[in-house]
Amino acid sequence: MSMTMGTHPAHATAPKRPPGRGGRPLLEVNDLKKHFPIKAGFFGGTTGHVYAVDGVSFHIDKGETLSLVGESGCGKSTVGKALLRLFPPTAGQVVLDGQRIDDLSQAKLRPMRRRVGVVFQDPFSSLNPRMRVKDLLAEPIRNFGLAKNSADLDERVARLMDTVRLPRDAVNRWPHEFSGGQRQRICIARALAGEPDLIVCDEAVSALDVSVKAQIVNLLQDLQKELGLALLFISHDLAIVEHMTHRVAVMYLGKIVEIAPRRELFGAPKHPYTEALLSAVPVPEPGSARQRIVLTGDVPSPINPPSGCRFHTRCPYAFDRCKVDEPKLQQTAPGQWAACHLHDLPAERNPLARGVSMPV
Amino acid sequence: MALLEVENLQTHFRTPDGGVNRAVDGLTFSVEAGETVAIVGESGCGKSVTSMSILRLIPEPPGQLAGSIRFEGRDLLKLSEREMRDIRGNEISMIFQEPMTSLNPVLSIGQQIGEALRLHQGLSKSQAEAKAVEMLTLVGIPAPAKRVKEYPHQLSGGMRQRVMIAIALACNPKLLIADEPTTALDVTIQAQILDLMRDLKHRVGAAIVLITHDLGVVAEVAERVIVMYAGRKVEEARVEELFRAPKHPYTQGLLGAVPKLGSSLDGTTERLAEIPGLVPSLKQKIQGCVFASRCPHATELCREVPPALEEKAPRHVAACHYAVKEAVAA
Repeated sequence: MSMTMGTHPAHATAPKRPPGRGGRPLLEVNDLKKHFPIKAGFFGGTTGHVYAVDGVSFHIDKGETLSLVGESGCGKSTVGKALLRLFPPTAGQVVLDGQRIDDLSQAKLRPMRRRVGVVFQDPFSSLNPRMRVKDLLAEPIRNFGLAKNSADLDERVARLMDTVRLPRDAVNRWPHEFSGGQRQRICIARALAGEPDLIVCDEAVSALDVSVKAQIVNLLQDLQKELGLALLFISHDLAIVEHMTHRVAVMYLGKIVEIAPRRELFGAPKHPYTEALLSAVPVPEPGSARQRIVLTGDVPSPINPPSGCRFHTRCPYAFDRCKVDEPKLQQTAPGQWAACHLHDLPAERNPLARGVSMPV
Repeated sequence: MALLEVENLQTHFRTPDGGVNRAVDGLTFSVEAGETVAIVGESGCGKSVTSMSILRLIPEPPGQLAGSIRFEGRDLLKLSEREMRDIRGNEISMIFQEPMTSLNPVLSIGQQIGEALRLHQGLSKSQAEAKAVEMLTLVGIPAPAKRVKEYPHQLSGGMRQRVMIAIALACNPKLLIADEPTTALDVTIQAQILDLMRDLKHRVGAAIVLITHDLGVVAEVAERVIVMYAGRKVEEARVEELFRAPKHPYTQGLLGAVPKLGSSLDGTTERLAEIPGLVPSLKQKIQGCVFASRCPHATELCREVPPALEEKAPRHVAACHYAVKEAVAA
């Protein structure tokens, strides 16, 4: 019934896991694609595609946080939704704990859904305003048939409230009685109801205020330690990502351009886009003299992505080869993969050749 | 005399159930000509209501404004609607957060930039269009002569925000209010817009009131910072001073709650500081310090007596009973 890892077609672009690590990853995504057709005209014919996600591969280990970062329209949320099967992927594989879930029927998928929770950005629109908190939390428990009887159900709901640090007696209240941060806690509790192994956090803290954001970030980190959860943390906020992630994948126009452990990515980015992204983040230190790389222009359209390297239209280092030849992800340091032709040049001509330097 | 002097501004809203929401409750601050002042705080602290109050964009009723807002010595709250219209977009203009919804989708970019020019400066249609092209060049839009005929949906988010800035600066205002101007934009586009604002400030010389929740943006752009909480000013200082030595526990909490880029390199990825609890409801009159319910140092005194804004260091005021003691101890 399950596909094992050995049967996956090998992909040149797929980053291989660093050697010496045992066990299979919790989640493996291989060459995932999601193209949305553009319907136009009287007969609704397809006139083109939005190449939202165009060949993305990564893995997440048990208890690990992988962050997907990038700007709006880079496809990071589409990756999250495709692997949750909120819509069917166009191509590629999603393997959860050894079992392919991208081609399962809805009926067979249902028991697998229990193992992946999701928290969305807006806690105001992701809770049904006409359901009390206890019903919101009981719904997934009932759906997955986890409770033995009604007493067990109540007990599980109460435990979920404890887990997300909300008072047990708040279960009879309605969503509108809670603040944004508290609602996000309810959303997290719902995501935890099926006792998942992985939670997809799609901009889960982006809509929250600074002080509340810190509370939710701390809660997620505590839960990860307590429950051994893996997190796919989709975000555009690089400072938060750096604070809580183990590894980071940077996306640009539907592709991963760099994937690396946190320290390597933030200390010595190996892709010009990562470098520019990091330098663009405003730092809360007045007068800090930083070399900022301001990218010119806007992100090109994913309907008609540029030839060669998709970043070449904005890249400060682009040379002739970038316009025609699409770079593949290549390993530049242990665990660090970047898709950039600069790494084929001799080190003295590669502006990204330096390693992680310790600040003094 | 400062360019803008806001004194004891109170913007209250009557709620349907007969209560009063004290969105802004006794705010005093001033802006010098050519200066950039940031107002920071979380949702509901009254920072946007303050900016709307300055331009008198608050509907009355249910809104109710009291206090005084003096712009070049004239009290804006006493002007007629007609006189106010001469000031809006001409002497004081505003950039809003959402460039998608602040532009009219059925008017070309040129018409929208030209509208203010024709209204306030009496330019003819062709003069206004020529000036619109000039403004688009100023804000760094490529091919301005072509873009001026285009419509908002043909532009990207960053381009639209540049157009908003062009409209705001078209009449050479003395004061520009920017309400979360980069919040809806991506980081790389945000960097472009912040650079543009800094550059234009030197060239145009307008004073800027920047409303934001992003402490990173504050650090990059502002000269002076006002921290608001629950409708009141709790701290004000020069930007370097505020980040170096915040005096109010709320400001300290805010700065502690923001992770810094580069934290994984020097091994400082500790737990983020939380500010426990919630912002108090503005419907009840708060006795004592507005932050007392969440403050780790709060005492009986804080819960009963509201702290006055005091100068705790040169040009650094904070509303806290204990700020000085802490500063001395540290």
